[in-house]
Amino acid sequence: MTHAAVCPACVGLPDGTLDKAASNGSSQIILALPAIHCIACINGVEHALRRLDGVANARVNLSMKRVTVGLNHPIPPEDLIDTLELAGFEARVLDTSLLGTQTDSYGSGLLTRIAISGFAMMNVMLLSVAVWSGAVGATQHLFHLISASIALPALAYAAQPFFHNAWTALSVRKLNMDVPISLAIILAAGMSLFETFFGGAQAYFDAALSLTFFLLIGRYLDHRSRKAAASAAAQLSALEVPRVMRVRGDVRDMVDFGDLVVGDLVHILPGGRIPVDGVITAGNSQLDRSLLTGESRAHNATTGTVVTAGEVNMTGPLTIRATTVGADTTLRKMATMVDQAEAVRNRYTAIADRAAAIYAPAVHLLALVAFLAWLAISGDLRLSLNIAVAVLIITCPCALGLAVPAVSITAAGRLFRAGLLVKDGTALERLAEVDTVVFDKTGTLTMPAAAHDALDPQAQSIALALTQNATHPVSQAIAASLNGIAPAQISGQQEHPGKGLSAMWNGRQVRLGSGAWLGVKSGTYLQIGDTAPQKIIVRSTLREGAADLIGAWQKAGLAVHLVSGDDANETQRIAAALGITTWRAGADPTEKIRYIQALANDGAKVLMVGDGLNDTGALAAAYASVSPATAADASRAASDVVLLNDSLLPLIDLPLVARAAKRRIIENFAISALYNAVAIPIALLGFATPLLAAIAMSASSITVLLNALRLRGRV
Amino acid sequence: MNILVILIPVSLVLGGIGLAAFLWSLRSNQYDDLDGDAWRILSEDDDGPKP
Repeated sequence: MTHAAVCPACVGLPDGTLDKAASNGSSQIILALPAIHCIACINGVEHALRRLDGVANARVNLSMKRVTVGLNHPIPPEDLIDTLELAGFEARVLDTSLLGTQTDSYGSGLLTRIAISGFAMMNVMLLSVAVWSGAVGATQHLFHLISASIALPALAYAAQPFFHNAWTALSVRKLNMDVPISLAIILAAGMSLFETFFGGAQAYFDAALSLTFFLLIGRYLDHRSRKAAASAAAQLSALEVPRVMRVRGDVRDMVDFGDLVVGDLVHILPGGRIPVDGVITAGNSQLDRSLLTGESRAHNATTGTVVTAGEVNMTGPLTIRATTVGADTTLRKMATMVDQAEAVRNRYTAIADRAAAIYAPAVHLLALVAFLAWLAISGDLRLSLNIAVAVLIITCPCALGLAVPAVSITAAGRLFRAGLLVKDGTALERLAEVDTVVFDKTGTLTMPAAAHDALDPQAQSIALALTQNATHPVSQAIAASLNGIAPAQISGQQEHPGKGLSAMWNGRQVRLGSGAWLGVKSGTYLQIGDTAPQKIIVRSTLREGAADLIGAWQKAGLAVHLVSGDDANETQRIAAALGITTWRAGADPTEKIRYIQALANDGAKVLMVGDGLNDTGALAAAYASVSPATAADASRAASDVVLLNDSLLPLIDLPLVARAAKRRIIENFAISALYNAVAIPIALLGFATPLLAAIAMSASSITVLLNALRLRGRV
Repeated sequence: MNILVILIPVSLVLGGIGLAAFLWSLRSNQYDDLDGDAWRILSEDDDGPKP
């Protein structure tokens, strides 16, 4: 985390002159920045934080979307978040234990091992080429000795992950892919060492090293694709309000969420998230319930209204009597539900693992049979062992180890350029099998927008002036739809909790708010002076590409369903507009999960596309899942693929690319099987040489890689 | 073939330098934020290291 990391010209400066976040400041705070995406955001966040008194340094990590702040003296994280929100950046405290903010030591360990084995492989390969070209006698012996002194320490270090995994599997009496790999590496190195000391002609050091090198690359690609998939349940828990304001008599104090007991009074300021389920005892406000129900409409709340944890208090301060606390709150229950749904998903076995289950025992048996047969025929222990080792190396799972990660990474790269981020390693395999798609409505297929055509220009500019600084979602939708119009000059702006906004314009009072407040029917109205209130229609419009996407997927043979938390009228309107015949309205989070499970029980492989926190359970329960980048953090964490653009068009290609990727994976297995079919008889008959092993191994690995790269083109 | 006495150590040392350089860049966290660093190089801010 040094500044030198961004400045190539600074390489070579003494370390002491560099500005280090870790050494500068006595403590560190890490904040999550879910919305940052570009250089302007990086500079904005860093400058805003560095201007604060007591902040020694701030360093944004764009890949992880978080900022590390070095502090000279303790500052509460809430102050930092306030500063960032004033500067226009959403920020959140990261619970380091929950989200695994620790550095990726396994990944960098793998990179180090790749570097070491690559270095050793190249040098040993150079020496081996000399031996294969005909070096004999003392030169050959010397080259073998040098190779051994490079290869053995390199293998002892670089191949540790395989030894470790193999040992773990063997200690519970199981076989995995790492057992034949470890056995091949150890036997090849041991056999070659023996041959080196007894003046033999054949050493497999290069084979053992290139086996390690190629497999480590496969392992690293695999690790990278898995790393992004943080647990959705952990993200949900991170939404909990850690500290709440408790009211006892006249005393108000901040206490930990865990210290609340049933019956406590809790004070919640506008903009705050409600920490516990309870009943309002004082105050008037509006609640944003989209977390739990998915509906965009704000609810009026007054004394006696029942509230649930996770809702957001919009307009006025509220006092709540807690009715459930701790693990019983709705938010916690939802996290548990998502956790269980995720466990189902994790039972999916990747194609590579299924292949390994057949492959590992077959190879061991073959090598053992070769050893015993040659021992029986020739009676020569050394020759028989040599042949068994050759069989193990030639059947090396090199291509097998690369077959899946190479395809996954290529397909993910292709989709990323189209605007789709593939998060889960097995996502493409699962997407390829999908036959049913369930869409969420609000935020996924539609986006809220206010139709402004009903208002005259003067009313439009007043409406914009009133709403442009308001926090209410309806206000924001109105302001967004009037973007580009010059706002009117108004003064004395007031926010009336649960009712609307008012201000003075040209000496007349203007009011914008609920119909009930302005004495007319339901809906949102604008009133200028004493004239009749004008209705502002707030409705949802289709997201760009929604119709094309549904049409293309229906043509591709996918059954499309629509499940929404919204009311029946709105859901039916959207379903009809998109040509979706199967739809369900008014579904809460549990019902969405049940809907998907019911489809799955009928044998369907369901792809869920959704964005709200209320979809999180459904996203986790589905066979595969997609969410837009505008989705809640927990939903993005729960889904396999994240759509980065506003347009839905890139999704059209998703099932096609996934099916092509699965085809490539199977082709890759066929290619490595073909190489083995040719090479195994040669090895069994004792004609295998280290040169042949090196050629077979490199050729099969490269063929597999090239086949994977074909995915970049047309599918 | 006496030249081998020089050439083999030379090839090992050159490879070793490359290896050491890679390990150094890895240890000093230069692969932590590839996306961010790709953008930062385009920043016109004089947000360089302290002299």
